[in-house]
Amino acid sequence: MSMMTILLDATGNSYGFAAIGAGLAAIGAGIGIGQVGKGAVESIARQPEALNDIRSNMILAAALVEGVALFAVIAALIVIFK
Amino acid sequence: MHINIYKKENHSYFIFSYYALIFAANLGESMLHKCLKSLLGAVFSLFLLSITTCVFAQNSAQNKDKLKPGDILMEHVLDAHEFHIINIGSTSVTIPLPVILYSPQKGFSIFMSSKFNHGGTTYNGYRMINDEYLDKLIEAGVDVKKNNLSNGKIISVTVDDKWDSNTKIYDFSMTRNVVQMIIVLALLVWIMLGIARKYKNGIGVKTAPTGFQNVIEPVITFIRDEVGKPMLGEKWEKYMPYLLTVFFFILINNLVGLIPGTANVTGNIAFTAVLGVIAFVVIIFSTNKHYWGHIFNPPGVPGWVKIILVPVEILGVFTKPFALIIRLFANMIAGHMMLACLALLIIIFGNISLVAGYGFSPIAIAFSVFVYFIEILVAFLQAFIFTMLTAVFISQAFETPHHDGEHNTHDDAIIM
Repeated sequence: MSMMTILLDATGNSYGFAAIGAGLAAIGAGIGIGQVGKGAVESIARQPEALNDIRSNMILAAALVEGVALFAVIAALIVIFK
Repeated sequence: MHINIYKKENHSYFIFSYYALIFAANLGESMLHKCLKSLLGAVFSLFLLSITTCVFAQNSAQNKDKLKPGDILMEHVLDAHEFHIINIGSTSVTIPLPVILYSPQKGFSIFMSSKFNHGGTTYNGYRMINDEYLDKLIEAGVDVKKNNLSNGKIISVTVDDKWDSNTKIYDFSMTRNVVQMIIVLALLVWIMLGIARKYKNGIGVKTAPTGFQNVIEPVITFIRDEVGKPMLGEKWEKYMPYLLTVFFFILINNLVGLIPGTANVTGNIAFTAVLGVIAFVVIIFSTNKHYWGHIFNPPGVPGWVKIILVPVEILGVFTKPFALIIRLFANMIAGHMMLACLALLIIIFGNISLVAGYGFSPIAIAFSVFVYFIEILVAFLQAFIFTMLTAVFISQAFETPHHDGEHNTHDDAIIM
């Protein structure tokens, strides 16, 4: 038997998979917000006068990306608490 | 490499012997790089060998007073009929709140939740479910999951303490979320009306603002200049009351929820759902014909793509407020759960061994302080994001057709 079926058999519920899903969501959020930050910092370096505009756009984009990652966290919580 | 290692269950032994052999071989031929890599592999697998222990399968019928971290965690982020302050020894210090019940059979019942004695006693034919009663229900054969019976819920019981499933109860109690919302409301009304009266009396209009005006005025001008005017254009004044109300209500509820002992209002899906529905209503009421035209007849799209695109666009009308709801809810509840988890970890470690509990507490406390600062940032950020996205959606709703010139040029470029 493969390792996955052994794991599922041992515990009888899918809490581990929910935790793996939440971890993957964290990876996604990290990569996404990292890209946003990278773009923002590079553009501030190119044009320091636009600092305030860039900062507010960066925060907006970061919150949107984080919202998507938290959808996956909610799905994991539903698996565990239902 | 079929050595009889499989007598031992430990695969690390196999990996260790593999790396050790490669290390020995490369040592002879003096290839430094491969030597170091296999040495590292050998040391690492030796480390893995040494830290493995025997774990026995758990007996599920264990002692009933085992710590249940999941339940404690949920108790902190969900609604309750009392403010739970602290547990000293075996007594819990709580502030009881009024319970207001209506059932068509029994009529109105209003009493304090202390009469329930944390689920220990019945009052007036009502009982609050706690762990022991839940076990009693399960033993009596009631399907708790199907009937949605969980810890803290108020049910109606018969004279001999059995669940009376025929009585329908409408729970209008002032739970801790309701009380906290009312307190925040009173606080906001008091602050804002006081400041408005100051401005009406002329203080801070032509002179510098004084007192608490200094705190509120930058925030209001920030919302007006970063959210209102850029997104909404000329109609910004019409929507400012709504945007400011939403921003301050979410912000103050977030901040008050961070104080230990208070309720988790914004991390409640019902609360954020109502905010999202109100935002949806405001967006729908500010749409014009051009908006609906773009949804049911997207310009510059060939006919067969329209069949797929129109349902997607209709769905998009609903997913935007839905994302607002889920974003606020998930951010706030995740923050509260992380803080509660850190505190619970100390208790879990303490159950394993006293030394581990004491040793882990400085780390947990330091990390908790760090997470508290992040939560304050998240409180401001989530309120700002909710407000800004609502303003963006409203502005998208009343866009005027002067963009059609650009659409036509795009069209020509596609058709070629």
